[in-house]
Formats: sequence, structure tokens, C-alpha cells
Amino acid sequence: MHLAAHFPGVNNTTVWTDPRAGSQIDFASFEHLARTAERGRFDFFFLAEGLRLREHKGRIHDLDVLGRPESITVLNALAAVTDRLGLAATVNTTFNEPYELARRLATLDHLSAGRAAWNVVTTSDAFTGENFRRGGYLDHADRYTRAAEFVATARELWDSWTAGGVPRPVTHHGPHFRVRGAFTLPRSPQGHPVIIQAGDSAAGRDFAAATADIVFTGWGSGGRPPGKCSTRHSTLAAGQEFYADVKGRLAAHGRTADSLKIMPGVTFVLGDTAADAQERAATIRRQQVSPQNALLALEQVWGVDLSGYDPDGPLPDIDPDPESQLAQGRVRLADPKALADRWRALSEAKGLSIRETVIETTGRQSFVGTPAAVAEEMTAYVAARAADGFILVPHLTPGGLDDFVDRVVPLLQERGVLRTEYAGTTLRSHLGLPDPVRPVGKD
Amino acid sequence: MSQPSCSLRPLHLAFALDGPPRRGRRATEVFDPEHYVRLARLAERGTLDFVTLGDSFARPGPDALAVLARVAPRTGRVGLVPAVTTTHTEPFHVSTAVNTLDWVSRGRAGWTVEVSGTPAEARLFGRRDAAPADALWREAGEVADVAARLWDSWEDDAEIRDTATGRFVDRDKLHYVDFRGASFSVRGPSITPRPPQGRPVVAVDATARPARQVAAAHADVAFVRAEDPATAAAARADLRERARALGRDPDRLLVLASLPVELYSSGDAVGLADLLGDWHADGAGDGFHLRPADPARDLALLVDGTVPVLQHRCLLRRFYPGTTLREHLGLPRPANRYASARKVSS
Ligand SMILES: Cc1cc2nc3c(=O)[nH]c(=O)nc-3n(C[C@H](O)[C@H](O)[C@H](O)COP(=O)(O)O)c2cc1C
Repeated sequence: MHLAAHFPGVNNTTVWTDPRAGSQIDFASFEHLARTAERGRFDFFFLAEGLRLREHKGRIHDLDVLGRPESITVLNALAAVTDRLGLAATVNTTFNEPYELARRLATLDHLSAGRAAWNVVTTSDAFTGENFRRGGYLDHADRYTRAAEFVATARELWDSWTAGGVPRPVTHHGPHFRVRGAFTLPRSPQGHPVIIQAGDSAAGRDFAAATADIVFTGWGSGGRPPGKCSTRHSTLAAGQEFYADVKGRLAAHGRTADSLKIMPGVTFVLGDTAADAQERAATIRRQQVSPQNALLALEQVWGVDLSGYDPDGPLPDIDPDPESQLAQGRVRLADPKALADRWRALSEAKGLSIRETVIETTGRQSFVGTPAAVAEEMTAYVAARAADGFILVPHLTPGGLDDFVDRVVPLLQERGVLRTEYAGTTLRSHLGLPDPVRPVGKD
Repeated sequence: MSQPSCSLRPLHLAFALDGPPRRGRRATEVFDPEHYVRLARLAERGTLDFVTLGDSFARPGPDALAVLARVAPRTGRVGLVPAVTTTHTEPFHVSTAVNTLDWVSRGRAGWTVEVSGTPAEARLFGRRDAAPADALWREAGEVADVAARLWDSWEDDAEIRDTATGRFVDRDKLHYVDFRGASFSVRGPSITPRPPQGRPVVAVDATARPARQVAAAHADVAFVRAEDPATAAAARADLRERARALGRDPDRLLVLASLPVELYSSGDAVGLADLLGDWHADGAGDGFHLRPADPARDLALLVDGTVPVLQHRCLLRRFYPGTTLREHLGLPRPANRYASARKVSS
């Protein structure tokens, strides 16, 4: 089983009102979580990306944790205080250039002795683009073609030095990029940094099958926007279906099933008894969905100002505005009216208030139970080919992984599904992936 | 040995970790993080203000800011000042990367503003042709400007964690910078909260004319390459005058004479102390930026030979007075422009 740790920074599941919640920006927080993950023999540590502060009703969204550092810089610093842990940065292909990013990622791989990973995302909305020269003009349809050419160009650069350490100039002429000249770094310890893909569309899945070493899927994660992915339905069967679909796409690219690891983002809540864990889970949900956050979640579906409503009262009977520009920097809902109807039906059937409805519909911890039960369930998901492992998304910074590593990891190790020691030093070795082969003629 | 009481204003000392490019064994050192950690710790033992690391998209070597981020947790006091170029990089990324270096070093970050002027660098990006130095430096000045605005775009107390109202931040203390330069625009605010130093230290090599106005307008530290103290002193006077004309306090701009050094023995190291003392007495600047022929050898001789002599002569402090680079340099933490504007208007 492969495990990774997601840093609980900017995220609508991160609980900052808990007395144990610490800084999401001080280096000490990153160091604590990374060291904990390494103590648990995790494969890697993961940082998400967001390049503009989200807005709601034309103003900066002020209810969730916000403020994050630049990922690659933090990971380079973490390379100094960890030895084996993989270090994964989410970096989009729209607001970067291949030469520069390939160089920064290769540097991370060198400075961490082979532990770098890149989560390739494709953000292209004009809202984020306002912070960049490119200005976000990239068409939605071009996102994955740019991403594919971006990664291919990066790989040409990573492969460009001979085994003898002689730089060979690269000439790349494509629809999106023209790169000519010599790369400044020799081939990095892993050959190429590990490539992660996160994105659920068919285009995203194909891109992953062609290109990625790991898929980070939102399945089961509590961190998705309301309505996009109802985790109530993230069953074993749904996981198996996704797993089979993505793995099934590999053969067309001449790849084997174990060359791509599928790692859903999951949350967890532990308790001394099953009842205790359920009670904690409910408390966490109430912390995640404050009265103010409940109204905000509702406004994101309805697209209109609902500040006059009582979070402890019933849902509005008006219909959503399909053209709404209320929320910025979020994934747009496909059919807000249908979602609103479902929420109203649920609220009427169960007699739920606005806040209770939001708590019920917008997320649920993936694994809730005693350490033994959680270890067993996670093992079962992997055994049933619903996942190759998990990216754990704790709800507390920076101590959110402490209990898991202290109480669940030893049980997974006893079961023989999790390593007790790292076998190798590079992230590829943790993942059981071979180093990429140098193209013929480049050795 | 008792320490003589020092009344002189000490000179500032910075050291370049990158020597001229070499072949063979040293070429592999360039990619070994421990090599840089050893040097930075040595500099710290000598209570140097900061170390610099150059960068270019065309010269073999790793990303300089990344290297100093890798060094940060393994050092405690010494300032870390990588070169970051502005020509092919997004200004928003430059701002957050330098900001983040300040977070991971707990207030020891700086940034040497550089441009990429060669056609070879332009071809690596294929987006724009090589441009004349004047145009590149004008743009670099705009990047330095917007970076500082982005650092200010979060007021220091913007994060409130107010459980009563459910608000994590006070959004009135977050600011859109709405910057429009000649070749780019940035909306803001930054995604990264204001760094520990308020603004990381901005350095500019002001030897060449096109960089001088940028240094006068935006730098906390300017480097001037000079062959004699009089040239350095003249450049310093020019920089201070330009800063004054721009409405800045010239004492907030430190000018360091940037000298190549090559030390073979402790005798050379003592000789260097004499030379630095003489230049300092001649008003050559606020201190020195030393560019070694062989970083490891020259830094060891500097720290073991030159530094004690300078300390004995009251020209160098014996310990770090504070923890941030600004504190080492005697530069105040900048007030936040948006917070001050708010205070005036309310
Ligand atoms: C689990 C998961 C995590 C993601 N994390 C990020 C992120 O940190 N930053 C980002 O810009 N996009 C992130 N994305 C967005 C994707 O990269 C992609 O742009 C989005 O899912 C739309 O692509 P799609 O149509 O293929 O799903 C994430 C997506 C998923 C499923």
C-alpha cells in the first residue's frame, strides 16, 4: 500500500477553529507534517496549488484557511530535514514555461537526491490568469494539449545530457513551445521527477494513462466543491470502476497496469471505539461547516445572496441563478438547479436545517473507526483493486497525521501491507517504478 | 582575551558562494547540497551578513533560490541572497518564491535582481527576443516594484482567526495591487502572507549604468564592482544622490564594494583585512561583497584569518545582533504601504 500526506493548508476541510490548529505558513508546520509522514514510511508529501485567493460575492473569501507558500521552495527546504520522503509539488502548465519549470523540478530532484514529484494541473481560468503575463487567454480545450506538450518538452530537457555528463542542445518546435539550447542540469537522480496527474475528465484520464506515474483522484476525498463529488456514493464499487477505467487506458499507450499508481485523496477519523469515532467525525463536520460556511456553500449552489437566511432554518424555495458569477476560483457546477432540488428533497425528507443539509451533502470522512477498523478497511480497498494507496488529507495543521502514524501505521505494518523500512532512497524506488529509460541515441 | 570596546560603525560583509565555472571535481560539487551547507555554515561562523548565489538560465548549475532554500533549515543566522532573473519569469512567481524563502529561513531572505540579456537565454523560452539592457532593467524595476507590493498585499495582522464571526482573515487587510507595467499586469493579492521581514532584502548589482536607477529606486543593498576605493566611493555617492532624488532616505540603501578575492595563505587573509580596512577608511562603502576564485578555500581563509583581524580592529561584529537579515544590516522592517494608507485615510 502506498501512502502520501497532503498538507492541510488552503482547503475547505481544514479546521482552524480547533485549539490544536497551528500555522499553515510557518516552516515548522511543514517540517512537523513531513517528519511525521516519514516516520510513518509514507511514499511522499504533497502540496496543492492555488494562484489566486478565491472570491465570493466579489470579495475575498474569508472563512477558510488561506495563505500558502510557493511549493517548490518549501519542498527544497523540506529536503534538508527529511531523508527518504518523496516531495510532490502541484504546478500548473498554463502559467509556467517548460524550460524554467523543468529546471526547477530537476533542481529539486538533485537537491533531494531523487525524491521530487510534480502534480501536473491545467488551471486556465481567466480569474487566475489575471496574476500572469499569459493573462489566462488559453482556451479550455487547449489545456491538455498544452499540458501534454509541456511534459514532453520537460522530458526532452531532462534526457538531454549524455550519461557521460555532456550537455546536448535540445531543439523543440511545437504548437505551444519553441525551446532551443542546452539544459543547465545533468540527468537527475530519478531520471525524471515522478509525474502525478489530478483531474477526473476523460481527457484528464487519457493524459494520465499516457503520461503519469500516479493519479491523484478526488474519489472519496472530502475536499471537493459541493455537489461535484458526493462522497456518500464513494463506495468500493465506485473506486473499482475508476481504477479499472484508468488502468484499462494504459495498454493503448504500451504500458502495464502497475506502471501507474492510483491514489485517491481520503480523510480519516480515529476513535477508541466505533461510536467514539462517529462522534468525533460529527464534531469535525460541524467544525468544517460553521453557520457562516453553511450559508456560503448554499450561495455557491444558488448563485445568489442568501445572507438573510437562518443557517438553522429551512432551505430557500427560490431557484438557483444558472448564470451566476458569485463564486470565483472554484470549479463550476454543471447543473445547479438539479443539485438544489436534490438538497431540498433531502432536507424535507429528513427535516434538516440549512447547516445540517450542507453537513450531510458536502463531504464525509472516508475512513471512520478504530485504528484496527480503519487499517482493515484501507487494506480491503487495496486488495479489491479500488486503489493502490491513498493520499491522506488530515483536517488539522500540523498535527493531523500524528494519530494515524502512531496508531494505524503499526497495524498496517503488522499486516504486511506497509513497509517498515524504506527499501531505496528515491521516490521511484518507493513506488516500485523503474527509472525512465533514456531514449535511444541519447546515451 | 578581553574585547576592546568598539565605537566604529562596523562594515557589512557578504560572500559569493559561486566561483568562476570549473571543470572536473568541482563541477559535481555544484549539484551537491552539502557543499553549499558547509559553506553557508562557515560564513555563519564568521558572522557574515549574507551569502549570495548567482544564477542564469544558460549557465550549468541548479536554480539558485532552490539551493538556498535547501540550505535554510541547516543554518540559523546567515542571510541567503540568491539571484533571481526577471526577464523570462512571471513576476507573480518571483514574488512568492522570494517571499517563501523568507518564510523557510525565518527572515533571512534576500534577492539579487538580475536580467537575462542574451539571445541564448531568449531561445530557451522562445517567447520574446533578446532586448537591450535598458529595456530589461526598466522591466526588472517594475518586477521589483510589484514584488514589494505583493509582499505588502497582506497586512501583518490580516490573519485573525476570529471564531465568533467564523472569519479566518480580515479581508479589509488584504489588498489588490492592480499593477500595470509596460509588459505585464498583476491583480493580486499575493497567495503568500507577508513574509517575516515584511519585505525580503532586495539587492542589485549597480555596476552597470542601466541597473543603477533600479538600485536607487528599489534596492536595500547595491553592489558596485570597483578597482579602487575612489571609484567605489563615487558610485556610492551617485547611488545615494539618486535615492535622495527619488524621495528615499539614502541611509536605507547600503552600498557594498564587490571585489574578486583569491587567498592562498593566512598571510593573504591578514593582507585582505588590511585592504578592506583601507578601503573602508577611504569611504569606499558600507561594506564588501567578496567574489572568490575558489569558494571553499577562500571562505575558510577569510573566516579564520581575515574576520578575526577585522573584529579585533572593531571593523566587524563578533555576533549576530538579531535573527533576520534586515537586523544584521541595520535596516528597519518596512512599514506596510497599505496599512499606513489606511491609517492616514481613517
Ligand atoms: C484530487 C484533485 C486535486 C486537485 N488539486 C488541484 C490543485 O491543487 N491545484 C489546481 O490548480 N488544480 C487542482 N486540481 C484540478 C485539476 O488539475 C484539473 O484542472 C481539474 O480537475 C479539471 O480537469 P478535469 O476536467 O480533467 O477534471 C485537482 C483535481 C483533483 C481531482
